[in-house]
Amino acid sequence: MRGLAAVYRKELADHLGSRRFIILFILILFAGLSSVYVAAQSIRDQVSSSQNVFLLMFTTPSGPLPPFFTFISFLGPLVGLALAFDSINGEQNRGTLSRLLAQPIYRDAVVNGKFLAALTTVAIMLASIVVIVSALGIWILAIIPSTEELLRVIAFLIVCILYVGFWLALATTFSVLLRNTATAALAGIASWIFFTFFVSMIADSIANAVSSANTALDPNAILQTTQLRDMLARVSPNTLFQEATIAILMPQVRTLGPILLQDVIGLVPNPLPLAQSLLLVWPQVVGLLALMAICFAIAYIRFMTQEIRSL
Amino acid sequence: MVEVLPIDEQTAQLSVRPAESISLIVETRDLVKRYGDFTAVDHLNFQLTEGEIFGLLGPNGAGKTTTILMLMGMTDPTEGAVKILGYDPARQPIEVKRRVGYLPERVALYDDLSARENLYYTADLNGLSYAESKRRGAWALERVGLDAVASKPVSQLSHGMRQRLGIADVLIKKPRLVILDEPTLGLDPEAVNQLLDLIRAMTEEEQLTVLLSSHQLQQVQRICSRVGIFVKGKLIAHGSISQLAERLAGGIRTLEVSAEPNGAELGELLRKIPGVVGVERDAEYWRVRATVDVRPAIARAVTDRGWSLFHLRQRDYGLEEIYLKYFQT
Repeated sequence: MRGLAAVYRKELADHLGSRRFIILFILILFAGLSSVYVAAQSIRDQVSSSQNVFLLMFTTPSGPLPPFFTFISFLGPLVGLALAFDSINGEQNRGTLSRLLAQPIYRDAVVNGKFLAALTTVAIMLASIVVIVSALGIWILAIIPSTEELLRVIAFLIVCILYVGFWLALATTFSVLLRNTATAALAGIASWIFFTFFVSMIADSIANAVSSANTALDPNAILQTTQLRDMLARVSPNTLFQEATIAILMPQVRTLGPILLQDVIGLVPNPLPLAQSLLLVWPQVVGLLALMAICFAIAYIRFMTQEIRSL
Repeated sequence: MVEVLPIDEQTAQLSVRPAESISLIVETRDLVKRYGDFTAVDHLNFQLTEGEIFGLLGPNGAGKTTTILMLMGMTDPTEGAVKILGYDPARQPIEVKRRVGYLPERVALYDDLSARENLYYTADLNGLSYAESKRRGAWALERVGLDAVASKPVSQLSHGMRQRLGIADVLIKKPRLVILDEPTLGLDPEAVNQLLDLIRAMTEEEQLTVLLSSHQLQQVQRICSRVGIFVKGKLIAHGSISQLAERLAGGIRTLEVSAEPNGAELGELLRKIPGVVGVERDAEYWRVRATVDVRPAIARAVTDRGWSLFHLRQRDYGLEEIYLKYFQT
């Protein structure tokens, strides 16, 4: 534990003082501020007495600007990759890793300490941005968020940290597997593009290929195809993140899959209580956590079993 | 002083030695490391006693760094055993690393941190309290003469300064054994001298034992009390430098002779002198190998013919010869 604490302290100090961190912080802060500012302006014009005005700030797209949570879904991976793509191989290339491993610490303290420090950095960064952005929204709209809204924002924040945590773990894995930092960064960016753009396309084509063409008019077949497509798309952490944040930030969302007309008849369109929304996104949250754990496990095992000469 | 013996005799001696003795800092028994089919270290046996500076000499790729990594418990031996200060590095690496300071071949420090901060990190990793790391950090920086640049980022330090900072980094944990892997690599002659003086001084002051690996002979010759010659994973000889030279010569002396005339007739003359076993033409000298001191006989023979003797010198085996001789075999 002593070694872990030492590595953690040093890495956290490094991250918080690094240019990388400052640039990303400013980037996301400005993206967040502009999206919330524009959203708040349009909410003020349109909505008068709607519930959950505070949450609408994070989810209302206005004009060309996507809502705040979409910004996070795009920029979150960038943060994760930027903070961790060179965490192990950077030290390897500078040669500091062998000096580090010659100190009386367990080997896993290095990889654990680095990952936890990066995760803490992400948590600090996202929490402060959400607070600043909320303050701007409150100032423009002159509304006070309810306790439930606050809790939903906190839940949203936790999901964001998990999501970026997955990208951190993925970047750490690349930094253990690939000796060259540039290659590791490129591999990270490639997987970012793959998960963001291609997974939904691939899921679509697979689902269409599986369902035969002549069942196009059969409602059951259409339902099955849609469900298959959704399940395949959930391989991507982006899909999981978007589904989870939509359900958390929009209490009126009742289901994340296709709804049949017969289910909607007689439905009272009331917002769900927080506990029910959380229940709805539980699989998504666990999925994100599992993806992060798998990625980190690969990095951990690989790092622990690597021959020192190759480190 | 340890006698120079062929490897099989050394092994025989080891097995009858008493199992433990306090002053033994490092001891290896038939240490083997294989990477696939490649044998990096082949049945290595050597000991280090307290307070000595031992030079592990060998060409690049001889297995020096692999040996050091096994001593540090950073890689596991394929066969054989190591004892460092009574601990087995393969089983108790933390205990070994707590007491042994290791300076890797490329002294790697965090460029964006200051010299002092680099030391504090190492101190923190060694479990020193903040107050203690401040005290020891200041002491170590002063010891290596870097107290003036302690707050500068490491990226602004010269190569020699970094190397000395590496030594400070090793000293901060108060080790009993210090392992230096190619510490003088890439330094200019003055920085080399500074570093070697520092190593020698700290060995005396801190009662350290030092193991240093190098392929630079003159430097090793300057400060090492003993050297081991390490080629292709095997320790082919060890002992003090004079012992190695004696053994290498094997009773044969080599002389350089030049005279006027310096042609084939001189070679003929030299060959006839009793005790001479070989005569070869070198660039400008005749190289004479003899079993006894033939210098007076050569001088007499040349002057008796009325020729003039220009040059007559018995060559000593320096480390260079030792090195070349062993590394060629």
